Amino acid sequence: MIRVLQDKGVHSGIDVHMECTIVRLFVSGGRIAGALGYFRETGRFVLFRTGAIVLATGGIGKAWQITSNSWEYTGDGHALAYEAGAELIDMEFVQFHPTGMVWPPSVRGILVTEGVRGEGGVLKNATGERFMFRYMPDMFKGDFAETEAEADAWVKGERKQNRRPPELLTRDVVAKAITQEIAEGRGTPHGGVLLDIASKQGPDYIKQKLPSMYHQFKELAHVDITKEPMEIGPTIHYVMGGVKVDAETQESTVPGLFAAGEVGGGMHGANRLGGNSLSDLLVFGRRAGLHAAEAARRGSPHISDSDVDITMQEALAPFEREAGENPFAVQSALQAVMQRDAGIIRDRHGLETALAELDKLKVRALEVGVTGSREYNPGWHTAIDLRSLLSVSEATARAALERTESRGGHTRSDFPDSDERQAREQIVVKQEGARMTVRREAQPPIPADLLRLIKEGA
Amino acid sequence: MAEQRRLKVFRGTNERGELKEYRVAAGEGMVVLDAVHMIQAEQAPDLAVRWNCKAGKCGSCSAEINGKPRLMCMTRMSDYPAEETITVTPMRAFPVIKDLVTDVSWNYEVSKRIPAFKPRAPDAPDGTWRMYQYEVERPQEFRKCIECFLCQDVCHVLRTHEKHDQFMGPAMLVRAAVYEMHPLDEADRRDHLRHEGGIGFCNITKCCTEVCPESITITDNAIIPLKERVVDANYDPLVALWRKLTK
Repeated sequence: MIRVLQDKGVHSGIDVHMECTIVRLFVSGGRIAGALGYFRETGRFVLFRTGAIVLATGGIGKAWQITSNSWEYTGDGHALAYEAGAELIDMEFVQFHPTGMVWPPSVRGILVTEGVRGEGGVLKNATGERFMFRYMPDMFKGDFAETEAEADAWVKGERKQNRRPPELLTRDVVAKAITQEIAEGRGTPHGGVLLDIASKQGPDYIKQKLPSMYHQFKELAHVDITKEPMEIGPTIHYVMGGVKVDAETQESTVPGLFAAGEVGGGMHGANRLGGNSLSDLLVFGRRAGLHAAEAARRGSPHISDSDVDITMQEALAPFEREAGENPFAVQSALQAVMQRDAGIIRDRHGLETALAELDKLKVRALEVGVTGSREYNPGWHTAIDLRSLLSVSEATARAALERTESRGGHTRSDFPDSDERQAREQIVVKQEGARMTVRREAQPPIPADLLRLIKEGA
Repeated sequence: MAEQRRLKVFRGTNERGELKEYRVAAGEGMVVLDAVHMIQAEQAPDLAVRWNCKAGKCGSCSAEINGKPRLMCMTRMSDYPAEETITVTPMRAFPVIKDLVTDVSWNYEVSKRIPAFKPRAPDAPDGTWRMYQYEVERPQEFRKCIECFLCQDVCHVLRTHEKHDQFMGPAMLVRAAVYEMHPLDEADRRDHLRHEGGIGFCNITKCCTEVCPESITITDNAIIPLKERVVDANYDPLVALWRKLTK
């Protein structure tokens, strides 16, 4: 799908500015006026004057140590919008995918597709027990298989008479179950659990249905998944939270600023279901494009030269501090804090610690230095990315502290249950002056036509 | 568990550069890209390298390891003897931007000029088409291309003879094959392939097939059938025979 889209783009004459990082959005007279970025290749700045911008920057996974996300998931779109005055919602809801690789260390976090479980793969702890039958939440009782025989029959295609295996429970349930198994000492020596498809399907079937997983484990871990189980553990995969947008237009609270895909908030509630991200970006990506094109026709407000100058000076500041701290060291310290204190299971003490640590890291981030030239300098890029990482980390920690219940991708050990009174409340993060503020807002009611569809579906 | 490994990494630009030696503590399962990242994080923060997925799916971290075109993320340190110094250099067939990062934009320019996919009119009134599965599977192999450009890098027409202005290279022939072998496509690319694409430069040494990390059978399944189409349009065996007889 990506390749076909890319080809269409190539032959439609779209201008692509490759390897260009945006560092600031400009707002003038309450509307989007443009953006300043730099080309990684040359280190030179570029100013885009425009009345409409669509953020499509993905997520914030790089704020944690173990993630399926790549280097660019530093929350730039979230942070740019926040700094431009837009509201962020649902930032406490962060999805851990239950199955990431855990061994060898260099591949820790890389995604193992849900398809493995869909094709019959089962989860076992180090004692060989298929443990997911013990983790059925009340909410799903009756919807999933209760015996191995029933689950096996479902996998074989007898789906009318049988219910699906408990390995296919929602991602938060499976991720928490795995975390608990490991915490209680039933994990593997490398700190994971086992995902076994070899004992459920034949080698040819596995290679045909899961070619990239077969390849990935063979090349990266020297494990033949048609013969041996995979070692897996939870990995940060997706953030449900993002820029608050109008669902019809995808426009944020800042006119002219749109967001589509993972950087947009509110679409997936507290926990996204597998496959829904793709449909999200197809539908809402199109809406964002249509409405942004309309907004662009309204022209672009003026951007003051001094705003541009200040932004460039700020971006170049790390070059003035050659002896400053290594930006990679600050980035890895931030990831360690978030992994430990704002990870899969949270509590008040941990989140308060995280916020205090983030305050210290903000000071360190202002003192990092870079050496070398502006051309393709990853140290400099990392120094700039720190600002986004700090903003999204703080937003996640503050929202997580505010939500005193457990729901979907947000689990508090000090508030382990869901609280119906908070079910229809969303946590909104916004910049006021230089301060990050948090408030609760009633969730907009479900539109009548959607309600009708849900009822028809049930 | 960690053992000291020696790496030589190219540092510099297209104009000048040198191999610099670094030492890293290599842990179990480490790939060359991890070693480059360790150097970047601890010893040389300005060391330029492109990467993204770390799982051989994005095609960003192409380089030459001991002179062989490879993806750094899919090359394990343990594939080389412990005492061996691993040398990492940028792809030779493209200009160096800095260190291990090369300017591969030429490929995108070539890609733009390939006549676009042109589907026939829909088969059904609702605007849909009918295709057989086996027909669809043929171009599907070429869709596995991750645009790492390792095949361009290894191809002697580009690498040694630098015929970038006359030959589109195996990766772009694969791209042309995606459209050309699509069951719905109606465009004629034979002229483009012959003249601008310089398909005749390929003398089927199959080096491209050997380096492809996605195991696309580039020469046999993409280039040779395209060559046959071009030949079919341009050489009439009867005319050739007549010429021979009347010479």
